[in-house]
Amino acid sequence: MAYLDSPQIVSSRKEYADSFTLARYLATGGYEGLKKALSMFPEQVAAEVDAASLLGRGGAGFPAGRKWSMLRKSAVSYLVVNGDESEPATFKDHYLVERDPHQLVEGVIIAAYALQVNRAFIFLRGEFALGLERLTQAVNDAYEHGALGRKIFGSDFSLDIVVHPGAGAYICGEETGLIEALEGKRGFPRIKPPFFPAVTGLYGEPTVVNNVETMSNLPWIVLNGGAAFAALGAGRSTGTRLFALAGRVNNPGVYEIEMVKNTFRDIIYDPALGGGIIGDKAVKAIIPGGVSAPWFGPDQLDLPLGQDEVAAAGSMLGSGSIVVLDEDSCVVRATWRITKFFSRESCGQCTPCREGSGWLERMLYRLEHGGGRIEDLDLLLDVSDNIAPGLTWPPQQTTICVLGPSIPSSIHSAISMFRDDFVAHVDHGSCPHG
Amino acid sequence: MSHLRTELRQRAEEIVALYPTRRSAMLPLLHLAQEQDGYLTDEAMAEVAELTGTTPAEVRGTASFYDMFHLEPVGRYVVGVCTNIACLLRGGEELLEHASAVLGCAVGGTSDDGLFTLEETECLADCNIAPVVQVNHRYVRTTTPEAFDGLIEDLRAGRLDHDVPPHGTLIRVRRSGGLRADASEIATERASAREARAKREQ
Repeated sequence: MAYLDSPQIVSSRKEYADSFTLARYLATGGYEGLKKALSMFPEQVAAEVDAASLLGRGGAGFPAGRKWSMLRKSAVSYLVVNGDESEPATFKDHYLVERDPHQLVEGVIIAAYALQVNRAFIFLRGEFALGLERLTQAVNDAYEHGALGRKIFGSDFSLDIVVHPGAGAYICGEETGLIEALEGKRGFPRIKPPFFPAVTGLYGEPTVVNNVETMSNLPWIVLNGGAAFAALGAGRSTGTRLFALAGRVNNPGVYEIEMVKNTFRDIIYDPALGGGIIGDKAVKAIIPGGVSAPWFGPDQLDLPLGQDEVAAAGSMLGSGSIVVLDEDSCVVRATWRITKFFSRESCGQCTPCREGSGWLERMLYRLEHGGGRIEDLDLLLDVSDNIAPGLTWPPQQTTICVLGPSIPSSIHSAISMFRDDFVAHVDHGSCPHG
Repeated sequence: MSHLRTELRQRAEEIVALYPTRRSAMLPLLHLAQEQDGYLTDEAMAEVAELTGTTPAEVRGTASFYDMFHLEPVGRYVVGVCTNIACLLRGGEELLEHASAVLGCAVGGTSDDGLFTLEETECLADCNIAPVVQVNHRYVRTTTPEAFDGLIEDLRAGRLDHDVPPHGTLIRVRRSGGLRADASEIATERASAREARAKREQ
């Protein structure tokens, strides 16, 4: 049975239909964390976040406190919030922005105070029209309430937040691509070094880039203390986390559960969570952490949902998404569609990614739709190897950013786990599932 | 003569003032231009160039990178159907095919009456209600062919006008004011940013 007794840190207002309004936010403890933070020294606030050992919730899982401590000292620095959530089957930030925008705003103000930054940008995915409207309203209300602008709540701290709409490009979720888009350009990722945002980020100034969910945890951490957050979960995976469960389950959705205390089986089968597989079919494969991650088979169902646990098993918790394929799902079709996504979203700067993704997509297309050849299987792996040499996990990188090396994950997983399915496609001349 | 109508021009200037550099306003201004015309006209892109201190070529070069910007006219309703992994596993491809048949246009095309443009989208981050359909970037949450038919009827009859504004209108909540943090602070900030940049570029 799943362990569901942990506090709801970022989804505590889920039962309220008006959870996105200032009135509801204030009636449920809103902006109390900020008031407490402003009564502390900025370093103390940062120390609490460090003590919480809050791992970034965007995908890479880097400790937020350490990220902050790496910010180069400079007269001007910026805080940028990454709300460009585009990793396939990830929909937790969408939920947070639409349902609890004030919690995000409060988290951003707390972070800006800890970092002593006076200008923050929230880059929100353009396709989130309602989220953009609710967040803009929340920012307007926060100014009105004295939580933003000059001398916040009578303190000496001033901050402006700008809500910046994206315009439809997966690559803007990569932090340096996001910064380019924020500077008004194509979202081309920058080469690192030298362009580590903490050193040379937005407008060439030191910049912290944090995920929406990471920010949304801050009001609770300040109010309850970093130690209380660190007491949840186990090992390096502290606190709770939003998991976005999708695919062939009865109840797909966003679930906040304590880190490590539950397994893939718990979240997929517990009646209060995924509720099992549609039609009681068997699990064929699980894609954890977004489509950039290697897959798991049913033998990994009892793996705990913790960052290190999943990493040790050869994949990643990544963006917190979990996609379930059942026994009737076509893995060749799934692999083709994922690869088509990467091919479409490759920014085009680096040859291995730009050319490799298209080549892989075309091969997978013919395997699925007719005309696939048995030697395509080796060729798929060979082309993949040119993008991420050795096909290791984590992958080797031949490109400016990690989009390219993410492409082989699903292909390598699918061929290793389900080679017979690919062979059946070749024998049948196209997809045997029809 | 401004191509953007007075109210939008004013909003555009407010947006430019929010950023340390004019060019940063590029994406929000392109959204505004689409709000007026439904797509990006040459005149609008020329005006965005003027507002952002860039050239029309730079504006087009930037706009063409992003899926949400249309350089050709589109229907009043841009219907996006997701077929990415979570939707693929729940009938996204079949729904897209159905949409194409109902609207009488290929994916990427516009219906004969000019009302609908159909797009196959990448993941729209609403996978708990899959397959996901958006109209003008509003989630309409119709997952079956029957519900899709009802949606199209409702759109044609104008019953969803409140929830689904014409294509291009993205954010109907206007920011209530400009930057409020201390102006001299910001000025100092900008000056030192410029100095730092100049030093680096030497």
